[in-house]
Amino acid sequence: MDDPLIIAGRAFQSRLLIGTGKFPSAQSLREAIDASGAEIVTVALRRVDLEHPEEEGILSGIDPDKQLILPNTSGARNAEEAIRLAKLSRASGLAPWVKLELTPEPRYLLPDPVETLKAAAVLVKEGFVVLPYIQADPVLAKRLEEIGTATVMPLGAPIGSNRGLKTRDMLRIIIEQANVPVVVDAGLGAPSHTAEAMEMGSDAVLVNTALADATDHGAMARAFALATEAGRMAYRAGLGPQRESAEASSPLTGFLFEEPSAEGTQP
Amino acid sequence: MSVVSVLEAWPPARLEALYGGVGPAEVDAALQAEERTLRDLAALLSPAARPRMEALACEAQRLTRWHFGRTISLYAPIYISNICAADCLYCGFAVGSGSREARLTLTPGEIHQECQALAAEGFQNILLLTGEAPGAVGVAYIAEAVAIARQYFAGVSVEIYALDEADYEQLFRCGLEGVTLYMETYDRRSYAAVHLRGRKADYRYRLDALDRAGKAGVRRLSMGVLLGLHDWRLDVLWLALHARHLQKQCWQSALSISFPRLRHTPQRFTIQHGVSDIDLVQIMLALRLFLPEAGFNLSTREPAVLRDRLIPLGVTSMSAGSSTRPGGYATTSAGVLEQFEIEDRRNPCEVVQAIRRVGYDPVWKDFDHAFDRV
Repeated sequence: MDDPLIIAGRAFQSRLLIGTGKFPSAQSLREAIDASGAEIVTVALRRVDLEHPEEEGILSGIDPDKQLILPNTSGARNAEEAIRLAKLSRASGLAPWVKLELTPEPRYLLPDPVETLKAAAVLVKEGFVVLPYIQADPVLAKRLEEIGTATVMPLGAPIGSNRGLKTRDMLRIIIEQANVPVVVDAGLGAPSHTAEAMEMGSDAVLVNTALADATDHGAMARAFALATEAGRMAYRAGLGPQRESAEASSPLTGFLFEEPSAEGTQP
Repeated sequence: MSVVSVLEAWPPARLEALYGGVGPAEVDAALQAEERTLRDLAALLSPAARPRMEALACEAQRLTRWHFGRTISLYAPIYISNICAADCLYCGFAVGSGSREARLTLTPGEIHQECQALAAEGFQNILLLTGEAPGAVGVAYIAEAVAIARQYFAGVSVEIYALDEADYEQLFRCGLEGVTLYMETYDRRSYAAVHLRGRKADYRYRLDALDRAGKAGVRRLSMGVLLGLHDWRLDVLWLALHARHLQKQCWQSALSISFPRLRHTPQRFTIQHGVSDIDLVQIMLALRLFLPEAGFNLSTREPAVLRDRLIPLGVTSMSAGSSTRPGGYATTSAGVLEQFEIEDRRNPCEVVQAIRRVGYDPVWKDFDHAFDRV
């Protein structure tokens, strides 16, 4: 099935993006990436030393020929810091792509819509491919699309919470209205959550904690990859609408279509 | 609002009543609660929770992995001065400790040397420490030290005497990431009994210091009680109240908790409220269940064997290869007064191996120069 994900003109076969935090080792990260088939891997700039990469560090788990390194600005509390991080990463030779994460409060890591919009405007103007992490806010999603972000990345639930699509109703509106790919990011704790996001018509999903926390990182990554594919395939095939109850018989209107009985029902 | 009014609402008798009547049912309810109250924390700290320690440990591990993954951040302390005008009965630096060993303050050149030595080991997070001598070791000197350290490390924190908000702002502008400041004990009477003079004798000024640091923009606030000074159950409950207060007031700052336990004290001080290993573990587990997203720091005050066992129980940050003397890494420091004797004497490589052995990833860097306000 030729059904690539296109972001900023670049085609990707995989619709599963991987985050690199929280893994117990570079080896386990590598296993997860390999098994997932992911082609976009996001890395927190605050965690890597781009000038002196550690031997056993996060970057050693990524193969730049197979995966696009998507630098993210996690840790930034305002637009100014995020912009500076993005520029440092571009200056170090990474592709001018940036996953904009502006999370001013450290407990739930929820994104700041005001600073995100501000930073996105500047970075788009400077030629970056901007993928903003946002609250599932349909209006904000449109505003970002209008200023030229390459995607929007609304959250399903708070980062790391594994709670699934708590923002489902708003995600549905974002997907319906979007002209750029919608990548559901954060909160996807089980393959069924990613399948659900893809069935709804998300263009891609990003998963991290659920993989990092697994006992068998490779197997879990593969499970998420399959669920992502399955969800996408079902979306393309056209899922039937869900109903609250079965609708097999017609107890209220069935009489209209019945053959008249021997005694007759008409006067 | 000051945390004083929060603490005043919870006098000892009210806290004792919280954990006094706890039985197995309350402990189980606290274990199963999704959002835990102070009453739940008291249950988890109570003697009735002792038979449920394994269940506490499982939940603490689950919550820590959920929020931090299987990672341990590494840091090292750099003592830049051991001059101290305060007189804290339990401390090796205290002016009245009777120690004859040398007291000194590192020159900027010596600070560079210490930084070079630690950077060569791979450290990216460091903690600058001083005694309390605002005259000899003033804010301008500490600001210079922060700026020097920032040339070598991604993350620089301080553990120094309490400051005014404007002073914290000055350090923040030099690139300060975090402030560590232990209240030692929240009990006013015990506090007054061991802090005899200096700025530190002012309970209220110290209590509000982390609020001031947070207001100044400091991103990481580390707190703790000095275990051994007072009834630990009371102190930990007050600490928890203080932590919740800071989370509300300084909502942009990340909070972490340290668990300094008095082990070796000067002769004039006898530990009255000793904290056993089991007590320490119960404190860590209970606090993890109450504060799932707080960082937990563990220093080399604790021995290697215990530290390794504590890694999977909620720790998120560890020091390694520490020296508690000024000049301890690069310049000769024989005969220089140390603050306390460390227990875990392994070098950073050995600590990294120990972390990997239990299935955790050592994290050296978790901050960036892009966050500097220059």
